[in-house]
Amino acid sequence: MASKAVYSHRDPMLKKRDDFEDMLEERRNSSDLRYALKCYTPVLYKGLTPCKVSELKQMVLQSDQLGYVITQVSKEKGVTSDEVTGEAAAILEEMAQRLQLSTVRFFAFTLSKVFKTLFRSICINEEGLQRLQQAIHNHPVVLLPSHRSYMDFLLMSYILYTYDLALPVIAAGMDFMGMKVVGEMLRMSGAFFIRRSFGGDKLYWAVFSEYVKIMLKNGYAPVEFFLEGTRSRTAKSLTPKLGLLNIVMDPFLKGEVFDISLVPVSISYERTLEEALYARELLGVPKPKESTSGLFKARKILSEDYGSIHVYFGQPVSVRSLAESRVNRSQFNLIPRHIPTRPSEEILSFVNDSAYRLVRAQEENMVLKPWVLLAFVLLQKQAAEEKQGTALDELTEQAVWLRDLSRQYGAFLHWPDHIPPSEVVSSSLSLHRGLVRISEGRVQLALEQVGGQQVPGETRGAITPEEELLNKAVVILSCASYRNQALNVFIRPALLASAIHTAASNRKQEIYNSFSFLRNMFSNEFILCPGATVQDFEEACYLLVKTGTLQINQQEVLITERGHRTLAFLTSVLDPFLQGYQVVCRFLCEQDGLTEKQFIPAVRKFIIKHLLTGRLRYTEVLSSDLQKNALAALIRLGAVQKIKGGEEQGTLKLNKVMLNSLEDTLGGKLPTQKSVVAHL
Amino acid sequence: MPSQVTHELLLICTCLCSCLSLRSTPHQLCRVQSQGCKASICILISQNSNRIVTVVEIYIFAKQAQPRILTCTYIHFFHRQEIMKWNGWGYSDSKFLYNKKGQAEFTGKRYRLSGMIIPGLREWMESTFSANLQHKTPAAPILNSSAVQPPTLNEAFLKELKSTGIPFSHDAEDRVFRSHGHCLHEIFALREGKIGRVPDLVVWPNCHNDVVKIVELACKHNVCLIPYGGGTSVSSALECPPEETRSIVSLDTSQMNRILWIDEKNLTAHVEAGIVGQDLERLLNESGYCTGHEPDSMEFSSLGGWVATRASGMKKNIYGNIEDLVVHIKMVTPRGVIEKSCQGPRMSTGPDVHHFIMGSEGTLGVVTEVTMKIRPMPEYQKYGSVVFPNFEMGVACLREVARQRCAPASIRLMDNEQFKFGHALKPQVSSIFTSFLDGLKKFYITKFKGFDPNRLCVATLLFEGDREKVLQHEKQVYDIAAKFGGLAAGEDNGQRGYMLTFVIAYLRDLGMDYYVIGESFETSMPWDRVLDICRNVKARIVRECKDKGVQFPPLSTCRVTQTYDAGACVYFYFAFNYRGLILFCSREEILANGGSLSHHHGVGKLRKEWMRESISSVGMGMLKSVKDYVDPNNIFGNRNLL
Repeated sequence: MASKAVYSHRDPMLKKRDDFEDMLEERRNSSDLRYALKCYTPVLYKGLTPCKVSELKQMVLQSDQLGYVITQVSKEKGVTSDEVTGEAAAILEEMAQRLQLSTVRFFAFTLSKVFKTLFRSICINEEGLQRLQQAIHNHPVVLLPSHRSYMDFLLMSYILYTYDLALPVIAAGMDFMGMKVVGEMLRMSGAFFIRRSFGGDKLYWAVFSEYVKIMLKNGYAPVEFFLEGTRSRTAKSLTPKLGLLNIVMDPFLKGEVFDISLVPVSISYERTLEEALYARELLGVPKPKESTSGLFKARKILSEDYGSIHVYFGQPVSVRSLAESRVNRSQFNLIPRHIPTRPSEEILSFVNDSAYRLVRAQEENMVLKPWVLLAFVLLQKQAAEEKQGTALDELTEQAVWLRDLSRQYGAFLHWPDHIPPSEVVSSSLSLHRGLVRISEGRVQLALEQVGGQQVPGETRGAITPEEELLNKAVVILSCASYRNQALNVFIRPALLASAIHTAASNRKQEIYNSFSFLRNMFSNEFILCPGATVQDFEEACYLLVKTGTLQINQQEVLITERGHRTLAFLTSVLDPFLQGYQVVCRFLCEQDGLTEKQFIPAVRKFIIKHLLTGRLRYTEVLSSDLQKNALAALIRLGAVQKIKGGEEQGTLKLNKVMLNSLEDTLGGKLPTQKSVVAHL
Repeated sequence: MPSQVTHELLLICTCLCSCLSLRSTPHQLCRVQSQGCKASICILISQNSNRIVTVVEIYIFAKQAQPRILTCTYIHFFHRQEIMKWNGWGYSDSKFLYNKKGQAEFTGKRYRLSGMIIPGLREWMESTFSANLQHKTPAAPILNSSAVQPPTLNEAFLKELKSTGIPFSHDAEDRVFRSHGHCLHEIFALREGKIGRVPDLVVWPNCHNDVVKIVELACKHNVCLIPYGGGTSVSSALECPPEETRSIVSLDTSQMNRILWIDEKNLTAHVEAGIVGQDLERLLNESGYCTGHEPDSMEFSSLGGWVATRASGMKKNIYGNIEDLVVHIKMVTPRGVIEKSCQGPRMSTGPDVHHFIMGSEGTLGVVTEVTMKIRPMPEYQKYGSVVFPNFEMGVACLREVARQRCAPASIRLMDNEQFKFGHALKPQVSSIFTSFLDGLKKFYITKFKGFDPNRLCVATLLFEGDREKVLQHEKQVYDIAAKFGGLAAGEDNGQRGYMLTFVIAYLRDLGMDYYVIGESFETSMPWDRVLDICRNVKARIVRECKDKGVQFPPLSTCRVTQTYDAGACVYFYFAFNYRGLILFCSREEILANGGSLSHHHGVGKLRKEWMRESISSVGMGMLKSVKDYVDPNNIFGNRNLL
């Protein structure tokens, strides 16, 4: 039942969504202290066996699962099992959370103060919280919020505390541990820390997975983690990571619990705190190591207006119904369940598909602000080199057009319909005044005044063209990160539009081939469920036909009179990515012997050169995210091969014939059927 | 029962038997008066064309201070429907009903509970199922013969059968009675007066050679044979395949009910396969022996049926399951008779052919004679019970008992729901003192020991052997239980627990009168999955009911009934108020969680669809090839198993 609610391809206009309530309103009208000290009695899991933090650790250390691995490791390393147990205890110590209500109350108090200054409102769908409460009572719950900001998990706990719901335990990256005091405080508010990579460490994996499973199975607390693994710097959803999802599904698959509820949560920020930080990171300024003092430097942030936050708690998804007629659970019957086994292909693909569905469920309930639509228009204008900017009227007209289009495609747009569009536009622009410049009624991106955005302390000598370009790029990438929030709404129609554009004829089959090629090419870039090419194609066709852009009969796809504008818009949505991937192909064609590490700096240099000479229009191609995705796609397609082991560890082996051909196909110079990929 | 009485009774029985074999006496009723006791013998003789004796019932009234009625029933009949229900469980005279005062009562004289008022049952039923005494769905009282399709007779077969002198009948009642087992859907249909495909003819072979003749004739005339023993199947095994176009003959083994010999040197008995459990046990007891095989259905199920379904008895911990008890089997197949040439206790002669027979569910032939192990009757029996704070502790205790291999003859663990159910079935107590004592016990367990009445569960125990060893054994088990928080809860609770086993099937008929339907099923599983399966299957039942639109939440309960070295057997019961409902199956959940398709009920037609998954395609192929060889024309066409 719940699984069907996750995603349906049919008319997105009919999607039912809950209403929002602003939770900050009450905070502004009543005492924060009283709120922080309020009586907190959440509904708990019905099968809960209450236990303390220390008992939890004991349960992990005494579990059959861990015991098995400890014996194994002690045999392999030739040390006593006591030593290995000690090691396991140390890992657990480093990892474990120490959820304490007093710390949560402290956070509740301080965050109230902070949130009230930063944000205009924090809007929650309260019906979603009621569903969550029911879910927590019935089954172990996993919370899966989207990850766009450091704020995310503090915000989650804050909301759950406010609404008297069970506080979650949160899987956090070890990098937070660097911040001594804050790290410990987070630990006491329910975070547990995982190393970023522990690939081969059996013991670590065993402790970690057992710890998570025990908390989940016993209903100790909802388990929260980020499917995307890390914050998305581009505001596009990232390809989901499967490790933790695999772990939390395991107790159900092995029959240790009756069911598990997965609750996707979509958190959307009108203005991201880390806006410029992300852009810089994407351009190659390395991410500063998290430190407590760094956090305080961020105080400047407190004086700014960050608009509102929308948090949407989605429909709980039952793992049982996801697995129904998909997974044969009896495959676990022949091996004792405490012996760790590599998940079968069937399970992996099931977990992968589920992960995609959940990320899509997050995307669908992400609230979009009018500014997101403006970002589309402004970026497209900028790329078209309209130097003097766009007239306000024109901008408003285009935004309204885009509003209607996106709504037809099912976007969860928060456009205040009772206010005249021009006001909506100008208030959006004023919130993002750092990114736009308005002069004489004309609007454009604030590319010239970027000097002000520089980190203080840096010498401001003569600016080289390269530096100027990078400064421009910061603004463009910041702006792109807003546009990206709505890419998931347009991606399928955009792929179809580009396919129509590149296909040699209007034969449906040919367009499908071209669509399939593009979709395959960009499946590292956007959330496109594996193996769903036909559904995606049909969905795109359905939307474009419904909105009167196309007419499709048995054989042919025809563009209607009024469809040209939509198609032009949609093609330009995908265009930066198309060109970006082409440049990456071009770059690789010109290389001899390149290691994976050298790739990003080298391709960046190459792109800068092309941008400066004007051979490339889109500055956003400088985004390392795009470059990495392109490389990953090329590796997946076999055009590039990563050499593992040996002296040439990490060297990229290039198939230049294929790269050339891919570049040409992307550029529309080669028909898809004849391209190398079509044979793959 | 004083031994004199027993003796008297035996004499009477012997007398009667010889008299009955003349098959000449008309209706009779006689009373025998003898030393301090009185026996009333009721003989009913059928007026049916075959002129065959139907029922003999003997009631003995012992003259004691408190007059007790000791009942003994000797069943020797063709027309079982005259003392047994045609559309419900067991004896016609025994059933639950609500009397005029609205109190539940169990009628008849056969059971410990018989004739007693059960004050708690009504409330339990109303609160558990939201059932209402106002809403009744009575069963169709008598069989409407016109609803039964006229028999498809194979005239040539019939003609030759007549010449053999083996009794047969194509009377509608006889045929309907042998057309079903006791699955919920089967009984439900009968109550509604819906009758599907039934056998066309019933035959009563009297011995092995009769069976050989019948099978030969069936092969010759291409007639479908369905062996019928006690009729207690719960796997749709007795249902006639609706697609069967040949004449279907039900082969009723009830007349093959003799113990042919007892070998005291080797402790074996050679018995005809039609004998019913309680008769076998009683007859052996007379010689001081027992088989110790006591499935819950032993009042009605037959030896041949046990062999054909791989049955399991309550006391298997001492005596073993049927595969451990059987020494030699004789089976008549379309290819001829299969039996081993010696009675060695164990042989290495390739795969054991007995294992093709055990569990063949009537698809390969008819088991006619079985040599089985017997044991001297136990000197001493003692019931017991233990209360645990929760089900998890109970299972942990049972596991420990199995690990130490010190399981008593029987050890069963009921979950909380079943404990409450057992409680509701307590008969009215006669004295204030008893009720006071009960109150005191309850207070001790819940208040003093802090057990949560909504979580605690009970294990019932049965010890057997010589007195000293039993007492020692008892102590050992109670000591283990104590480690898992178990408190000894008395003999009486234990005994009542076992008594429940026999009456629970009667209770279903009462439920069905009030829109409550119930079903039970079993499985076996490794120890580490017991808790998970119990929880998941119960949760699945509740969820399925909800999804299917059952208005009121169901009763969903289980008990662990057997312990093994490597796992356990669990019995599930569910029941719900069905006004507007459908049936469903939890087997899928069991299999997904690592439980088996069946521990002892068998596959029948009910669970056929999971066979391939359970034993692999190769395994199916092996069974199929055996069937193809033994019975190429599908004479034994009940279509079970494969």
